[in-house]
Amino acid sequence: MKIRAGFIAAAIAALTAAAPLAPASAETPPNMLVIANRIDDIKTFDPAESFEFAGADVSRNVYEKLVNFDPLNLDAGFGPQLAESWEISADGRTITFRIAEGHRFSTGREVTARDAEFSLRRAVILNKTPSFILTQFGFTPENVEQTIVATDDRTLRLTLDKPYALSFVLNCLTATVGGIVDREEAMAHEVDGDMGNAWLRTNTAGSGPYKVVAWKPNESVLMDLNPHYHGPRPAMERVIVQHIQESATQRLLLSRGDIDVARNLSPEDVAGLRDDPDVKVVDELRGRLMYWSANQKNPLLSDPKVVEALKWATDYDGMANSFLKGQYTVHQAFLPLTFLGALDEKPWRFDMDKARAALAESAHPDCGPIRISVRDAQERIDIAQSLQNTWSQLGCQVELIVGTGAQTLDRYRAREHDVYLGAWGPDYPDPHTNAGTFAFNPDNSDEARLTGLLAWRNAWAVPAGMNEKTLAAVVENDTDKRRAMYLELQREHQRISPFGIMFQKIEQNAMRANVNNFVAGGATTAVSYWVVTK
Amino acid sequence: MTDEPACPAPSRRRPRLPRWTRKLAGTLASVAATLLGLLFVTFMIGRVMPIDPVLAVIGERATQEQYEQTYRELGLDRPLLAQFGIYVSDVLRGDLGVSIRTGKPVSEDLARVFPATFELATLGTLIGVLLGVPLGVAAAVWRGGWVDQTARVVGLIGYSMPIFWLGLMGLLVFYGMLGWVSGPGRIGIFHQGVVEPRTGLLLLDALLQGQWAAFKSALSHIILPAGLLGYYSMAYVSRMTRSFMLEQLSAEYVTTARVKGLSEWQVVWGHAFRNIRVQLLTVIALAYANLLEGSVLTEIIFAWPGIGSYITTSLLANDMNSVLGGTVLVGTIFVLLNILSDMLYRFLDPRAR
Amino acid sequence: MSGATRPGLRAWLLAEEPTSRAQARAAAWYQGWLKLRANTLAMIGLAILILLTVCAILAPWLATHDPFAQDLAQRLKPPGWEGHIFGTDSLGRDIYSRLLHGARISLYIVLLVALVAPALGLLIGTVAGYAGGWIDVLLMRLTDIFLAFPRLILALAFVAALGAGIENAVLAISLTAWPPYARIARAETLTIRNSDFIHAIRLQGAGPARIVTRHVWPLCVSSLVIRVTLDMAGIILTAAGLGFLGLGAQPPSPEWGAMISEGRKYLLDHWWVATIPGIAIFTVSLAFNLLGDGLRDVFDPKESAR
Repeated sequence: MKIRAGFIAAAIAALTAAAPLAPASAETPPNMLVIANRIDDIKTFDPAESFEFAGADVSRNVYEKLVNFDPLNLDAGFGPQLAESWEISADGRTITFRIAEGHRFSTGREVTARDAEFSLRRAVILNKTPSFILTQFGFTPENVEQTIVATDDRTLRLTLDKPYALSFVLNCLTATVGGIVDREEAMAHEVDGDMGNAWLRTNTAGSGPYKVVAWKPNESVLMDLNPHYHGPRPAMERVIVQHIQESATQRLLLSRGDIDVARNLSPEDVAGLRDDPDVKVVDELRGRLMYWSANQKNPLLSDPKVVEALKWATDYDGMANSFLKGQYTVHQAFLPLTFLGALDEKPWRFDMDKARAALAESAHPDCGPIRISVRDAQERIDIAQSLQNTWSQLGCQVELIVGTGAQTLDRYRAREHDVYLGAWGPDYPDPHTNAGTFAFNPDNSDEARLTGLLAWRNAWAVPAGMNEKTLAAVVENDTDKRRAMYLELQREHQRISPFGIMFQKIEQNAMRANVNNFVAGGATTAVSYWVVTK
Repeated sequence: MTDEPACPAPSRRRPRLPRWTRKLAGTLASVAATLLGLLFVTFMIGRVMPIDPVLAVIGERATQEQYEQTYRELGLDRPLLAQFGIYVSDVLRGDLGVSIRTGKPVSEDLARVFPATFELATLGTLIGVLLGVPLGVAAAVWRGGWVDQTARVVGLIGYSMPIFWLGLMGLLVFYGMLGWVSGPGRIGIFHQGVVEPRTGLLLLDALLQGQWAAFKSALSHIILPAGLLGYYSMAYVSRMTRSFMLEQLSAEYVTTARVKGLSEWQVVWGHAFRNIRVQLLTVIALAYANLLEGSVLTEIIFAWPGIGSYITTSLLANDMNSVLGGTVLVGTIFVLLNILSDMLYRFLDPRAR
Repeated sequence: MSGATRPGLRAWLLAEEPTSRAQARAAAWYQGWLKLRANTLAMIGLAILILLTVCAILAPWLATHDPFAQDLAQRLKPPGWEGHIFGTDSLGRDIYSRLLHGARISLYIVLLVALVAPALGLLIGTVAGYAGGWIDVLLMRLTDIFLAFPRLILALAFVAALGAGIENAVLAISLTAWPPYARIARAETLTIRNSDFIHAIRLQGAGPARIVTRHVWPLCVSSLVIRVTLDMAGIILTAAGLGFLGLGAQPPSPEWGAMISEGRKYLLDHWWVATIPGIAIFTVSLAFNLLGDGLRDVFDPKESAR
């Protein structure tokens, strides 16, 4: 009791001594970058396992890849990073990388071809969620000894099961799963043959500009410079990413100068900051699409005319100009803008007359009950309520089924939804990442359980011709031809598919006026802290 | 809470054991039964939930093969009761499993989040008691006067206000508009990692390490949520204090004391208040337990990384190991606090023996 | 109820020597009512609740707009804007009309919980108290387990398990609210069980089921009613809390807690969206607290003397 009394006395003393208790405007130290973001999705930092947005943001700054994007010139596409050069064999099945010298892990060891061999093999053998990005080239845990081989310390040879477009393969290697880890460090922490997986979940051993110093789940990630980083010394020596759920809180912190960057502001809060001279807002087009899709197992929704009516009865511009203002742009094709072959045509617009006409031509002129599955995020609930509003005007009885992310996803994968309102972000910066899921379904039977494919989840038997075109585009090495193939594919998809693609994400990052070169990663990659100055 | 007869005394065959030992054994057995039941109910809720724990682990893109592999790894292919048995035996060995959401052992997560709630609830109770007890006493002494009326209104408002709304308004006014206190979170971002966690209680750690700036930052973060919880606890404590005091003040010995010419101060604090201390202690213990478990919404509003928001977010992510671990911890503390206050009552209050 | 009381009825109610059991009971209630009527605060509470009921019943006629009609061009307008008494929300819906329709949901939740939770508690409490022995031990242990649970978390878990929605929220709140009622009912049963009149009834050959349902339950009801009224505010707040967390009524339903949750995003620039439903919740739960306080003063003189 005595101790506690003393404690209270001290607390009261401090309280009165520091009369205005709030920190008068603070400014973040010049060599430190403080970011507010929602990072509650981080589960692991292990590149063989990490598959979340916030995880990719960390990974990009910690692990280097064989090839990567230059943050200040994202449009240029991938370029050399750990691999200084590469060549492809005459039969198109073998790619040989020359590993650059001088790159060092945060442990001080130099990066060699052995580390690259280990990291890629490891991702295949561990077979975690992102492994499909590599295994789609025919790598299996059984054959990696032959297909992923370091012939010496500087040479790595990949042998594919058939010739693919080189750009497709290299684009995939820029994904998080292509991150190269320190083999000796990982194996030193191996437990029960996990190749260091348990340790790498919470620790990092990469050659990128930063290393993770502390991670408190749902609270913060703290990164310091990798002391052995080979490139020019980044201006930001310490990066703190703080988990702040609420947009209003992020805004207050930013306008007070407690943070440098706020990454999840609502349109209203962005508008509220417009007049603040100390704050600027940088827009960046990201790869995430917002769409609804109709389960083809449902007799009502399998009628193409009904789906057409629903597409006409969607208030694209109304949403984009009100509660999504500035954060989503209307986009109606499955490849996000800035991707190779992205299609900018918008054949659908809000037109209730056309919608009614289409419905009248269908076998269900009175529409019927439609349940929209949506996860409990405000933005999506708003979109769902708008769909409910306009579709009801057609005479459909629309009900919203709101659930947690896992609940809605569970129903979706089990093909039990009517209409699913969802978002889709590309897994790697190649058009096939979306074509292969929106426009490809080799086996529509329940037993096939192709739960990774959106077309399968909606029980959409993709026409044979479209399946073939999707596969053909992957092996086409002529870039112009490849682009044309995707444009054609998307036009057809827009017309006949049960997907109502509505919007593409624009990320509005608000930051203090002195922050420069903050690049969130565009549609293709993640954030890059090492180029930031202030 | 344990005023009911506990389980039939388990030690009938050895009647010569002292009475208190039997009583203790009975109490322990009933606590164990309660906790086991608590565990069982939570476990079953978790298992009938229509959310797939596997998906929480592997995410949206996984293939069927990866799904089945994880399904087996989580032991979900075994019968329910077997899963429960395994879980209980793990818990008894101190292993609460690994959190799906954070990838860390649940016990480690709890050790991190619990001190935050503990600090908040303790400060909240302190505020509630420091304000509520004098207010309750004053209301009883000047019964029907303006203090009494004010206390009553303040209490009623407290009972009627949605805490999440009051919290939002508090943030808007004191942080957003006036700037008197700091916003959500436990401490300013720059002080992140400055204070080395020893007890986990940020204020105490900062004080012990002489980190004055960090201490100030932590204090300005905690003062609003703690004040809010303190308000609710004050409403309860002052009401109970008032009714205990009224009972005492109408007792004969008080009249006698007054007749003997003791000053009013001595009558109130020296006699009446002395007699309600034990009752009051049990009320405070209850208020404290209520804050420990009742701070869920406050923690969510103030982004306070405590056990309430931990359990809630875990629940929504269907991370059942975390939910079970958190519930067991909170439930245990609740039960223990109840027993403690009960025992205090029995030992300290002569009339209760 | 009060104004229409005819003199004859009044005399009958206030008769010094009631001639039937029914008259005696009615007289007791009437005298309680007279005492309650003298309590200004309780009357204010009652008036607010009657107003709430009227609003809920007449919502379709009192509302100026369709509570679900969206108008994205007229979103987030301040109170008083072009016929929107309390302004519009983020989808351009009229807040005043939503508030009125939300009163129906609040009332619906309160009535359902007030029926389910005490009924459950009454059943468990009287059975435990009347049967005694191991049944008593078992049921009371169960009660203890549910009491030891963090209540909101238990409700959250139930809703998460059953699926979000009003009915499930009601069920979840009821499942967490019954233990105190069970304890009250058990305590009452224990005193009633050994009373002379129960012995007499038993001698006449009445079975336990009949005794419990016909003779024990009616006597437990009055103490439960007071307790329920006092708990109402808590029930409303819990329901709003679930709505706030997105686990209660589902959009586009205008449940007040859900309205606050939707409005918190706009708190800084459009304060009314979250503030108005907050005031509504506060007013109603305050009314229940005022009425409950008054009822306790009337029916539980021991407590009120304190």
